[in-house]
Amino acid sequence: MHRVVLPETGTMDAWREAARRLATHAVPPAQVEWAVGEAPQGLFDPEPLPSGEGRALKVPRAFLEIAEKAILHRDPAAPDLLYQALVRLQDQPQLLSDAADPLVRRLGALQKAVHRDIHKMRAFVRFREIPSDRDRRRFAAWFEPEHRVVEANAGFFARRFSDMDWAIHTPDLSVIFEDGEVSFAPGAPRPDLPDDAAESLWATYFTNIFNPARIKLGSMRQHMPLKYWKNMPETAQIPAMLEGAEARVRAMQAAGATQAPARAATITERYRAAMPKAPAVIGTLEEARAAVRHCTRCDLCRHATQAVFGEGPAGARLMVVGEQPGDQEDLAGRPFVGPAGKVLDEVMQASGLDRGRAWMTNAVKHFKFTPRGKRRIHQSPDKGEVAACKWWLDLERDFVKPQLTLGLGATAAQALTGTGAGITRRRGTVEDTSSGPVLLSWHPSYILRLPDAGRAAEARAELAEDLALARKLLA
Amino acid sequence: MTPELSRKLAILSDAAKYDASCASSGTERRDARKGGLGSTEGSGICHAYTPDGRCISLLKILMTNFCIFDCAYCVNRVSSNVERARFSVEEVVTLTLEFYRRNYIEGLFLSSGIIRSPDQTMADMVRIAKTLREEHGFKGYIHLKTIPDASPELIDEAGLYADRLSINIELPQDDSIRTFAPEKRPETIRTAMARVRSGREASRETSHTGKRPARFAPAGQSTQMIVGADGANDATILNTSSRLYAGYGLKRVYYSAFSPIPDSSAMLPLVKPPLIREHRLYQADWLMRFYGFEAEEIASATPDGMLDLGVDPKLGWALAHREDFPVDVNRATKEQLLRVPGFGTKTVDRILSARRHRTLQWDDLVRIGASMTKAKPFISLPGWSPGGLIDAQNLRARFAPPPQQLSLF
Repeated sequence: MHRVVLPETGTMDAWREAARRLATHAVPPAQVEWAVGEAPQGLFDPEPLPSGEGRALKVPRAFLEIAEKAILHRDPAAPDLLYQALVRLQDQPQLLSDAADPLVRRLGALQKAVHRDIHKMRAFVRFREIPSDRDRRRFAAWFEPEHRVVEANAGFFARRFSDMDWAIHTPDLSVIFEDGEVSFAPGAPRPDLPDDAAESLWATYFTNIFNPARIKLGSMRQHMPLKYWKNMPETAQIPAMLEGAEARVRAMQAAGATQAPARAATITERYRAAMPKAPAVIGTLEEARAAVRHCTRCDLCRHATQAVFGEGPAGARLMVVGEQPGDQEDLAGRPFVGPAGKVLDEVMQASGLDRGRAWMTNAVKHFKFTPRGKRRIHQSPDKGEVAACKWWLDLERDFVKPQLTLGLGATAAQALTGTGAGITRRRGTVEDTSSGPVLLSWHPSYILRLPDAGRAAEARAELAEDLALARKLLA
Repeated sequence: MTPELSRKLAILSDAAKYDASCASSGTERRDARKGGLGSTEGSGICHAYTPDGRCISLLKILMTNFCIFDCAYCVNRVSSNVERARFSVEEVVTLTLEFYRRNYIEGLFLSSGIIRSPDQTMADMVRIAKTLREEHGFKGYIHLKTIPDASPELIDEAGLYADRLSINIELPQDDSIRTFAPEKRPETIRTAMARVRSGREASRETSHTGKRPARFAPAGQSTQMIVGADGANDATILNTSSRLYAGYGLKRVYYSAFSPIPDSSAMLPLVKPPLIREHRLYQADWLMRFYGFEAEEIASATPDGMLDLGVDPKLGWALAHREDFPVDVNRATKEQLLRVPGFGTKTVDRILSARRHRTLQWDDLVRIGASMTKAKPFISLPGWSPGGLIDAQNLRARFAPPPQQLSLF
């Protein structure tokens, strides 16, 4: 029989060293007795730990993560359970992924409890300021953790409160931080810390941030267990807060609506009068751009970010009309800036057309989409939406008066010519409309959507061909 | 620490309590080893809980509760007679640092009423964040409530100092925003959210010279929606949320049950806040973000578009789709397992890995941590088949609490 007594600080390192020596010599778990802190009185003289080279050990990283936490648990069985797992891991390297194994589950529970206690210490330690005659301010706290987590938490507090001196005292161990150095001292009874004026401000905050109309005591106790309350100054406020809560809610309801102060109406009137409004008469492109922001001619405005109006020089000879803004256009508020816009830019450039000299716009000004997880999936606008938005497109055509309008895709064809049917057959041809000649072609996003690379290249070439025709017509 | 400061703190924390979005999670790692004060490491920390069950993680205050807007649901609207106060930049900075040093908080959550103009208010808030970061080397968490009508440049600047930016959508439908918050405009709220998303994306792209752009709101953006003030049903609320998640990459949508406020407006009823409804919406939101449910699916289990208050939305969905069950725990796909009531995401991960070692039996699932009372009608495994249980007429009644007489209050 072996007996291993682990120290209260550096517990993990000591366990690891002992466990390594035992496991390399394949000592069965039943032959080892473990303890933390004081050595228990045994009925026998323990054998010394085996030394010298034994078998090589395989330990997955995940096991060390579990062990680092579980070894801090006050359950006296923790070191033994970890040693059992270490021994079994030598034959069963995948052991830890078997969540249904009783040992794995038990170690998981120990790890979780310690993890929670570490987190709660970070949350619930309350420092009080202590007079200091040095240039660094001094703080101290008293805390009673459930498990041996003080050492594991020292680094957290040191990284966070590095410009002040502080100490956290607990029954088992004190951690002290002075001039940037962490040290440990034995545990002590609760020290008498001086009053700190900030505590009354904190109590003021705690009392006032509470909403008396929604009492959820179970939720409070679940996250802030009673065992921590005695060292948290704000919890002294809770009984009074609860006692007054219902009366406060009743008073609010009884009081009901009140008379507004006299100044309110003037302020409201002044602000509302200055809010942006749609111009009453639209006489220019810029007025149309201002007006479209307020458009509610169809329901698309309720879901899109913003209306995306056309852009370009007012007297452009070429107008390019797409379907509707996509995800990127909707965010940026500008047409043709997403992936389809990039394709169009490339093909226009290759065809000798200058985007900066064309009026770029869409048949529909708001983005229509359906949400799927973290993405918005494009949806084609329906006939009603196209018809509602045609009002804006007609305004653009009236103001810009292009020599030629390039309609990309079926939706643009629908808006410009009254029908979106038969685009395959109609592309590359010029149709006369009451607002001037319209040349139809593929929409660049159609090219992007084609799964067949050969067919996509073909469509892209056809778009280039149509753009070259546009250039010729404008020359 | 003057009595005046205490009075202002009382007024301006009371005025901030109706905003639920005060988490401190998911930002970059920082600490004070090279100077300054504070750190952010992985998960956020809740430093205390009040009896309303809400966590206190940040010092959540308004810079001022003077406000020129007149939002019917808000205690600070211009037409309210609530007592007013205004913090100076130094006061907010001092409170944040002194609370932080005593380990009361993770940082600051600063919001404000609108004074003079949206731009001036936003500029003052940005100055507070900048002072904390640049003059005091504060490395803790900062959440700034962004004023949607402020200029885009101020939003960009706010993103340099804040971990998280949030812009409240306030209400689930554009029409309700226009009715109850006439000075706010849904389109500018969404445009500001789009600006934050674009700012974050730009900050993550390294330029062709390999230079890293300035950080921008590393903890992302969130929003809050008030539940129960307008007539929107849960289906509408969840659809709005899913559009916000998809459109602006929000980390969270917070739901806040409309709660009686002192000095209320005649436009809104002072009923008891619908806390269970709020809870069900959070559960449904979880299903959308972690369980692969779409908003329409969750709502489709409810004929009137309202979530069942008696059972959680996942159980509600399963009860409405009994033809998809029972699910064979040893053979089902991850997607199928995630739809089983009583199986959380961790349980499903454990089932998938444990399945490689053994054929799972009832006791294995108990050890794994599954909630078997909930799961048993919906699963099958060696030695267990739900038989007629899945089709039982009274299956819902086994889970729902007994009906209660409606409270008159």
